[in-house]
Formats: sequence, C-alpha cells, structure tokens
Amino acid sequence: MKATTADPGTRPAISKDGDGLRRWWSSEGNEFAGRNLALIGVLVVLVVLGVLTRPDLYSDPEWVRNNIFTILQQASAIGVVTVGMTFVIIGGGIDLSVGAIMALAGVWATTVATQSFGAGGMIFTAIAVGVGTGLVNGLLISYGRLVPFIATLAMMVAARGLAASISGKQTQISGDATINGIASTEILGVPLLVIILVLVVAAGWVLLNRTTFGRRTVAVGGNPEAARLAGINVKRHTLLLYALSGLCCGIGALMLTAQANSAQAAMANLYELDAIAAAIIGGTLLSGGRGTIVGALFGVLVFSTITNLFAINNLTTESQNMIKGGIIVAAVLIQQFRFGSLTKLFSRRP
Amino acid sequence: MIQDSSRRRLLFGGAMVGAGALLAACTSNEQGPSTAQTKGPEGDNANAAPGKAVTIGFSAPAADHGWMAAITNNAKAQAAAYSDVTFNSVEAGADAAAQRAALDTLISQKPDAIVMLPHDGKELTASGLKAMQAGIPVINLDRAFTQALAYRVMIKGDNYGMGVSAGNFVVAQMKAKGITNPVIGEIAGIDSLELTQQRSQGFKDALATAGFTVANRRAAEFTIDTGQREATNLLQALPKIDALWNHDDDQGVGVLAAVQQANRSEFIMVGGAGSKAAIEAIQADNSVLKATVTYSPSMASSAISLARLVAQGRGLADLVELSVPKDITLASETITKENAANYLQLGF
Repeated sequence: MKATTADPGTRPAISKDGDGLRRWWSSEGNEFAGRNLALIGVLVVLVVLGVLTRPDLYSDPEWVRNNIFTILQQASAIGVVTVGMTFVIIGGGIDLSVGAIMALAGVWATTVATQSFGAGGMIFTAIAVGVGTGLVNGLLISYGRLVPFIATLAMMVAARGLAASISGKQTQISGDATINGIASTEILGVPLLVIILVLVVAAGWVLLNRTTFGRRTVAVGGNPEAARLAGINVKRHTLLLYALSGLCCGIGALMLTAQANSAQAAMANLYELDAIAAAIIGGTLLSGGRGTIVGALFGVLVFSTITNLFAINNLTTESQNMIKGGIIVAAVLIQQFRFGSLTKLFSRRP
Repeated sequence: MIQDSSRRRLLFGGAMVGAGALLAACTSNEQGPSTAQTKGPEGDNANAAPGKAVTIGFSAPAADHGWMAAITNNAKAQAAAYSDVTFNSVEAGADAAAQRAALDTLISQKPDAIVMLPHDGKELTASGLKAMQAGIPVINLDRAFTQALAYRVMIKGDNYGMGVSAGNFVVAQMKAKGITNPVIGEIAGIDSLELTQQRSQGFKDALATAGFTVANRRAAEFTIDTGQREATNLLQALPKIDALWNHDDDQGVGVLAAVQQANRSEFIMVGGAGSKAAIEAIQADNSVLKATVTYSPSMASSAISLARLVAQGRGLADLVELSVPKDITLASETITKENAANYLQLGF
C-alpha cells in the first residue's frame, strides 16, 4: 500500500479496449474494485451466515425487505458521520470529537425545541452547532497549530460536558412530530433515513472525486508542503474539512434524535471510533492522502450487518465485539495482501 | 499574513462566542429536584426535631444519566430540608481513581458522616475503610462495598428484585391472556455491570416459575440511541413477541421509539427504574408500555436522612432498635396503570 497524491479527478477515463477494463480492476485504475470487493465479500458472507442460521426468517420476503432497510437505517447516522470523517482523514487529520458533537447538537436542538421553535429551529440549531464546533476544531488545528488529535480530544471532552450541562443530565424528549417522523417516513417505499444517507454519500463522492475541493483534500493530506507550494491555502482548506465533518455530525445528530425521539449527553458514545474504523477498513489511509467514500460506506454496512446477524441469532454483545475486532483486522489484511495480489493477477497482461 | 490570520481568528472566535451565547440564551433548562423525592421535617416524625448540627459529606459519580442526576439532586434537596445539616458535596470525577482522590480530600475535612455512591463498590471499598478508620461513619449508597468494615449503613436498590418484579408481572399477564408458550424479549443495560446480571437473573428465575424463558436478549448501554438500536434489532429477530422487559426507563425512550417505528403493538412491555416519562406513558395507556418496576433515586434522600441520624446518634423512630440498622434494601415495586398516580410524584 503506497501513499499516493495522485489526483483522482484527472484519472484516465476507462477506454473501450481491454486496457481500460484491466485498469478498472486494478487498484490504481479504480478504487472500487480492489479495495471494496473484499468488503462486498465480507457482506455477502455475513448475509449467507444469516440465511443459513435463520432460514425461517429469511424465507419471508417481506421480512427480508424489512431487514435490509433495518440494516441500512441502523447504518444511516453513523454512515453520514463517517463521510465527514473520511474527508478529515484523507486531508491528513483525525476527528475524535464526532460523537460528542452529535450529542451536543442533538441536546441543543431538543432543548431549543422544548421551547417551541419547532422542526425548523431544531434543524437550524443542530446544523449550526455541528458546523460551529467543527469550525472551532479547524481553527484550533489550522491557525492555532494544535495537533488534530489533541484539539479534537479537547473538543470531545468539552462538548460532552456542555451537552450534560445544557440537558441537565436528563434525557431531552423531542416532542416535535416532524423531526420524530423522519425516522418512520418512507418515500416510494424507501425509508427517509436511508435516502438521506445515500444523498450524503453521493454528495461526498462527487465532492471528493469530481471537484477542486476533493483534489485539494487529497493533496493537502498527501503532502501539505507540496500542496502549499502548489498554491493551495492549506490552513483554510483544513479549517473547511473540520467544518464539513461538523456539518455531517449535525445531520447525523438530527437523524439519531429522530430515531430515538430524544437526545441526551451520553448518546453517540464511541461513534468516533466506529467512524474511524469504518473509514480505515473502507480503504482510507490513516496517514492521509488517499481514501474512498464508497469504501467507508461499505465499512459502516459491515458493522451494522454484524450487529443484525448477532441479534437475529440471540448472541451476546461480548462475542459481537470480539468478532467485530477480528473483522476489522481481517478486512484490512485481506485488502493489503489477498486483493493486492489478486488485482495484480487481474491486471497482468496476457 | 500572520497578523492577518490572527485578527481573523479573533474576529471569528468572537463571533462563535456570540453565537453560542445567543443559542444558550434561548435554551434555559432548569432541572429542579422533585420535591416528592425528599421528605421534609413533619410534625408526626419524632426524628424530624432538630438535633446536633452535623456536616454530611457526599460523593456520587458525575454521570450524564437521568437516574444519577436525580441521585445527586435528591441528596442535595434532602440535606437542605434539615436545619441542622450542612451538606458538603464533592465531584466524583470520571472514574474510580478520581473519586478516590475526591474522597481523600473529603475525609481530611472530617465531616460527621459520608454518603457515598461509588463508581464501583469493589474499587472504592478501600476509601470506605479509610473513612471508617478515621472515625467517620460511611453510608454506602446503592453499589455495595465488599467489606462490612467499610460502611456503617448500606442502603441500596434491589436489582435482583427488579428482575423478579418484572418477571412476575409478565407471568401474571401471560396467564391472564391464556398464553402458555410466550415469546419474551429482554433489553438489558450494560452487560459488564453486576447490576445488569442480577436484573437478568431475577427476570430469568421469575419466568422459570411458570416455565417461561427469554427468547432473545440484547444488551444496550443505558442510552437512548443504543436502546433504539438494540430494540430495532430485537424486534427484527422476533417477528412476533408477547412480552418485552427493558431494564432502564432512560434507554426506554429509545426502545419505545423503535417499537413505534417498527409499527409493532402485539406485545406488552415492562420498563425499569420508574422515570416520570415512563409513569406518564403507563398512565396514558397508549403504548405497549404497561408497567415499570421501581429502582427509585429517592434512596439518595433516605441515605442523607440515615447519615444525619447516625451522626446524631439516633435510631429510626419506628423501629425498636436504638440505632440505625446496618443494611437496608429497597423493595422493587411494580407500577401499573392502576397505581401510577401514587408513583407519579416519585418519577425522576
């Protein structure tokens, strides 16, 4: 796995000849094939395990449809946050404060709503708190020259403290039918939460792969000095990356609040670790400079599918966590070794 | 360049603080302690008459959970109800080590008694011993120390009894409905905690008296979002349920949201602890939640009263004994629609 600052936006288009197809399979030509095939394989194995262990449930098509949407809905809030996290990590940083920011945004939005500012007020507050705290992170890191680990660690502690203080350490029940309804609304048979997840992932993919912002993110994460010499305002770009992560947290907080019909200071506990793990097993380089949005989504889906598989088989949390750890290691190992050589196999000229 | 950026930073920081203050201004959130959770000095209570002036030290974990918040608020309010009590509360911090340090400070101030809800009874037993050896009686609140020498009085909730009460209610309901082989689900709290294991054991034992078993058990983390997640998965695993026990009413907000989102209503649900929201839902009788079993944070108020009596050398007025008993375990009561009105004032 070598770090590359190659510009994904200027990647050669897939040509109609065999060379293009081989490039599609190779990790350099298309991130999707090499890195994500492993995760798709893991997902398939998990689903097959589900079918084998609970054939009684999987024989009902209505249940299967529900289960697919259940898994996707459970992945939605953490998925949105992981998109922001992926940008931050590609840009050479880390954001340990996402869970705390979600709790703060959720709590602030619900306490405002209790004073009847309504759904609009809740949405505005959650987004404003998310972007605001993200900007504070970004300012501390880019202009205050704090290490991202320290700055976001401080935010993680402070935001939870502020959330506990605002909520009076109580669960803040959201009485707003519009917000609560987000969790049960379906559009053309697809849950709204899943649609939001797909939209955020699509927006993230376009932003990373088809815009100057995305190219700059890769450049800043790969080699900040080279990026600066190339005329990129690295500080401003870093600031924007953390604000983007904060925005995703604000959206995620609303989704979580809608799902639980409430918010509390303890919610979204350890989401930072789940988001980082999902981004990494999705093929994002922890040292920055490379990563994929679709891979991160697959990473999140693997986790929510495991949770689902364990639930339908009535297995305990301890065994679930042990296997989760094993899967993180296995997924990364498979990407590094097996699919590294497999893609070489595919791209070898006849 | 540097000047420019620092000016920008200053301006921006100012704007952020301003925005924060603006948001905070529209977010007042007073959480006064419930008055019914405490007992004021009443005429018919012989112990209420003011006695020797005493100082009571207090330490409980600073958790961001509704129940724990109620514990601290109740202790404070109960102490304020006595004219002869000075209340000295120390922040317990984030873990056992922090609480130990805070207690050392408290012990050196020589209060007349200490009420302590430890992060973990096992880890804080040494601090209890230290206080007792310094001549300060310790009232061990809820999470039990491992050595009897470490406390003068223990007052705690009955976790096993909670499970039994929930199990008994489920058994009675199933019998009333004529269901002989019910599908029963359980949403537990944090699995690594002894209290969670005791609750589950009590539930299992009570169900076993009728030959019932738990079909699927998910452990959540006492938070709303984990409650929602685990309940969603449990409902997915069990397409038809007859009864569901959720250990904690705080995470129950998320559990009920999941039930509603899954459009399920074929079963009865029992809660745990007795939050105000849960009691109101039981009273309204418009959801699957039909009962909750108590684990009341009012025990913190009782602990303060006991500490005062111990420090003043008095006994419990209704008991023949001259001094306060050593162990008190609260009963876990079952709140249903019929008696919800009596318990509403105790909801936290």
